Amino acid sequence: MNIKDVFTPFTTWSKVVKDPVTIKNPIGREAAPRYRGFHKNDIDVCIGCGTCEAICENQAIDLVPVEGIETKSGDSGLRPRIDYGRCCWCALCVDICTTNSLNLTNEYTWVDTDPDAFIFTPGVDKKSWDTKEEGWKKPVPNYHFYGQTRVPMEELHAEERVESFVEFVKGYSKKQAEEEADRCVACGICTATCPAHMGIPDYIAAIRNEDMEEGMRILYDTNPLPEICGRICTHKCEDVCSVGVNGDPLSIRWLKRYIADQIPADVDKYNEILYTKDIKNNNKKVAIIGTGPSSLSSAYYLSLLGYKITMYEKLPQAGGMMRYGIPEYRLPYDAIDKDIDYIVSLGVDIKYNVTVGKDITLEQLHEENDAVFAGTGLHLGRSTRIPGSDHENVYQSVDLLRDIVTGAEVPVERKVVVIGGGNVAMDITRSMARLQKAKYGEVNIITTSLESEDIMPADREEVVEAREEGCTIIPGYGPQEVMIENGKVVGLRVWKCLSIFDENHNFNPKFDESDERVFEGDMVIESIGQGMDLSYLSEDTKKGLEFGPRGRVQTNDNFQTSLPWLFMGGDIIQGPDVIHGIANGHRAAMAIDDFLNQGR
Amino acid sequence: MSKIFDFKPDRSKYPAKKADGTLDVDLRSQKYVKLWLGPNHPGVTGNMAVELTLAGDEIVEAKTHVGYLHRGFEKLIERRLYVQGFPTSIRMCVAEPDTNEYLIARSTEVLSGYDKDIPEMAQWLRMLSLEMARLQGLLRGVPGQAGTFSLGIGVQWGVYLRDLILDRFEELTGARVYHMYIIPGGVRGLLPDGFKKRMEENLKEIDNFIIRIRQLMFDNAIFKKRSVGIGVIPKEWVDLYGIVGTNARACGVKRDVRKDNPYLMYEQLDFDPPTATEGDIYARSWVRWQELIQTVDLIRQIMAKMPEKGDIRAKMPNVLHWRIPKGETYNKLESGRGEYGMYYVTDGSDKPRRVNLRGPSYTHAIALLEKMLIGTNIADVHATMVSLQTCPPEIER
Repeated sequence: MNIKDVFTPFTTWSKVVKDPVTIKNPIGREAAPRYRGFHKNDIDVCIGCGTCEAICENQAIDLVPVEGIETKSGDSGLRPRIDYGRCCWCALCVDICTTNSLNLTNEYTWVDTDPDAFIFTPGVDKKSWDTKEEGWKKPVPNYHFYGQTRVPMEELHAEERVESFVEFVKGYSKKQAEEEADRCVACGICTATCPAHMGIPDYIAAIRNEDMEEGMRILYDTNPLPEICGRICTHKCEDVCSVGVNGDPLSIRWLKRYIADQIPADVDKYNEILYTKDIKNNNKKVAIIGTGPSSLSSAYYLSLLGYKITMYEKLPQAGGMMRYGIPEYRLPYDAIDKDIDYIVSLGVDIKYNVTVGKDITLEQLHEENDAVFAGTGLHLGRSTRIPGSDHENVYQSVDLLRDIVTGAEVPVERKVVVIGGGNVAMDITRSMARLQKAKYGEVNIITTSLESEDIMPADREEVVEAREEGCTIIPGYGPQEVMIENGKVVGLRVWKCLSIFDENHNFNPKFDESDERVFEGDMVIESIGQGMDLSYLSEDTKKGLEFGPRGRVQTNDNFQTSLPWLFMGGDIIQGPDVIHGIANGHRAAMAIDDFLNQGR
Repeated sequence: MSKIFDFKPDRSKYPAKKADGTLDVDLRSQKYVKLWLGPNHPGVTGNMAVELTLAGDEIVEAKTHVGYLHRGFEKLIERRLYVQGFPTSIRMCVAEPDTNEYLIARSTEVLSGYDKDIPEMAQWLRMLSLEMARLQGLLRGVPGQAGTFSLGIGVQWGVYLRDLILDRFEELTGARVYHMYIIPGGVRGLLPDGFKKRMEENLKEIDNFIIRIRQLMFDNAIFKKRSVGIGVIPKEWVDLYGIVGTNARACGVKRDVRKDNPYLMYEQLDFDPPTATEGDIYARSWVRWQELIQTVDLIRQIMAKMPEKGDIRAKMPNVLHWRIPKGETYNKLESGRGEYGMYYVTDGSDKPRRVNLRGPSYTHAIALLEKMLIGTNIADVHATMVSLQTCPPEIER
C-alpha cells in the first residue's frame, strides 16, 4: 500500500457535481419496440384454434366463448383469455399463433385494485393498449414453429396420365406422411367442420406415432370408407385448416389415404384391427336401398350394432356414384372394393341388379324389415333445355360416366364440347380426354360454364389438372343453342355471361349478346347438375311424406322421414358429396337404432 | 505486499478435535457463539444461510445451509415440452439467465441431431447475448465486491451501467432481465436497426467507468486492507474441489471453456482469459475487472465480425409434437461464474426425462466456502461469498 491508495478514492467525488442518471418518473418510460408487454388480439382475425393455449407453458391461457363471436365453419367461436397471475410473457403464444392475430404490445404498466381484472380476454375486454403498434410480433423471416409448406404429392405427369385411366396420384411415402403429419397443430377446427366430424388430429397423431392400426380405428369411428374418402373427399377440413391461414393447409385427405393404404386388403386383418370378428346379432332387420356412401355408412354402423342388413342395388356392382360417377383415374376400383368388401364381411347382404319399385316394392321391404334406409343418390342428368339439346348427339355426363364403368359403348367424337363447371363436368371432360387420346391420339375438348373462373364450383386442382391434360376450359359463357347442320351436331353457340343470379338470389343469368362465340364440336355433353329418381316411392307412400323445394323429401335432423320406419340420406337430402353421405348414413344408423330399441 | 496485509491467525485458540475429527465445541463454556448469517434476503448471497461458530470475532466452524429457495425448476422443465423449457430455465440463475437458455437449446439440438443446422447468424447472436449477459453480470459483480466493504458508490455505478446493457437487451430480446431469446433451433430476433451504434455508445460509457472502478477499488487502501490475503484459495484446491472460472484463474489455473472446449463462434474471437496468482479476494476481483475490459472488447469483436443478415432459426419439427430420440448429453459453457453445464436425458417422448444443471456455485458456495471461512472474521463472510460469485438459485435448481 502506498499513499496513492489513500488519495485515489477521493476522485470519485468528481461525480458529486454531475446530474443523477436515475429517471425521475419511470412510469411514463416507453418500452423498446420489441418489448414483450401486455397482450392484444385481433378477434376478427383470430379463429380460436387454441394453439396459444396448447403451447402456454404456464397454462395461463384458456379458450372461452365470447359474446358477439359466433361458432361457424373455420372459427371455434372461442377466444383466448389470459391469466396474468400465471403468464410469464415468454410470447410463445405469439410465435405460434396460426393467424398472427395475437401480439404483445410494449405497454407494461397496469394498476388495478381488483385482482380478477388481471384475467382478461384481449381484444374483447377493451384496453388502452389495444391500438398500440409497437410490441413483440412473430419474428420474420424463416421463423416458424410448424411447417408452412405442404409436402408435395407425387403425381404422374399430365402427358402420361392422359394416356390411361390409371390413378395418377401416387400417395405419400412413410417419410412424406410423417413430415406432413408433423405440421398439424391439433386444433380440431377441421373436426368441427367435417360433416362426419372425423377425429382428424387424432389420426394424424397416429401417423406420427407410426400406429396405423390405431389410425384405422379412429378413421372407422366416423367413416367406414377411408380408402374412398382418402382419395376423393371434398376436404372441407382443409379449407378451414388453421395451418392454412398463413401457409399451406395440411393434406388431411392424403394423410387419411396414407393410413388406409397401409392396411392390406384383407378382410380378416380388418376385422382383427377393428375388433369386429364377433358381432352379436340382435335379430332385427334393416333394408337399405342403394349402395352409395350413405347406404354403406348406415349399413356399417347398423351391422356393428347387430342388425341384419340387406342392401338393394340397381346396378351390377356396389358403390353408387363413387363407382359409376367418379372416374377410375381419381378413384380406382380396388380402393372401392377394399372398403366395401370389409363392410360385406360383417354379414351385409347386397342384392345386385334389383331395382326397388320395379323388382320389389318399398312396401314389401317395410313388411320384411323393421326399418328402411334409402340413399338412392342423384343419378338423373339435367338438361339445359336449349334449342338442339334433344339431339341424339347431346349426352348427359352421368350416363356417359356410368357407361365407361359398365363397359357399354361410349361415343367418342373428334371434337367434344362439355357444358358445366362442377366436379362432374371436370370428370367427364378428363374422361373424354383419355378416350379421345386412345382413339385419335389427341385431345380436343372445350368445357364451358356459366360461372366465371373465380366462382367455378369445381375444385381448383381439377381445373388446373384438366388444362394440363390438354383440355380447353373457357368459363363464363352461357349456352344458347346446340348448332345442328345436316342433322349433325357441329357446335355450341354461347353468350358471355354477366351474372348468374338476380337481386333476389334466384337463378336468372344475364348475358352479353354482343360477345357471342361458337365452340366447335361433334358432340355436346351436358353436365349442369343431377336430379333424383324417387320413382320407388309409391303414391301411397308419397302421401305419408313431406316434400320441400325441388321435390326433396323432408326429414328431421336424424334423417327420419314423416313415415317413422323410412329414413333417407345422402345426396337426395344433403350434399352432394361423399362425406355428407357418410355422415348422414352414420347419423341415420344411430337414429334407426334409437327408433327400433326405444320405440321413438 | 507489505507485512500489514499478511494474515496469520493464531491457531492456538482453535478448539481441539474429537476422536472422530469433529471440533470439540462446548457452547456452554461461554467461549463460543453460534451465529446464523442469513437467510435474510431474497437476492444474491442472502438467500442461503451460513451457520457460524465463533470464538470472539473469529470463525472456527462454518456450515452452509441451502434449501430456502428451492422451486424445483429441473422437475418443472421435465414436465414441459422441449420448447417450453427455456422460460423456466432462466430462473435457475438470475445473474446470467441467457446461459440457461443456451444450455437447454444446445442440449435439445444435440440430442435431436439439429446442432449442425443452426444458422450462423443465430450462433453469432447467441454469442452476443451470452457476452452481454456476462457483461451485465460483471458490471454488478465487480463493484458488488466493493459493496461488501461498504463502498456503495461502486454498486450504484454498476447498477447504472448494467441498466445500459439491459436497455440493449430490451431492444434485442424484448425483455430486460429474463430475455427468453435463445430458443431451440436458433434465436428469436435479428439485431434491431441502429443497435450496434447504441451499443457502441454504451460501451464507451462503460469504458470510462472501468477506469473509475479501478480507482475506486484497486487503488483503494480500504479495499486492499479488506481483500488482500483474505479468502485465499490455494492452487492445489482447484482440482480437489473442482473450482472453475475466475475463481480458478485467480489462483493461476488458466481454465476457460471458451478456450478449452470452444463452442459457438468463440474460435473466431481473439482473447486471452486474464489470470492472477494470489488466489485471494483481491486477486479474484482483479481478474474479474480485467474480464470486464475483455468482455467489452469481445462484444465489439462480435459486432464487427457477425454477418448483417441471415436466418435466425433452423427448420425444426413442429414444436408441439417434437420428440427427441433416447439419449443423454452434457453441454457446458463459460459463464461469468465459471463452467456451467447441463446434463440432459431424453427417452423418445416429447418431454425430457432428466434435466440436471451443474453450476459452479454448488462447489464454490457449499464445500469451498465452509473451508475458506475458517479463521476469518464475521465481516469477511459476505466478502468471501461475493468473491466466489455465489448464486444460490443455481445451487437449488
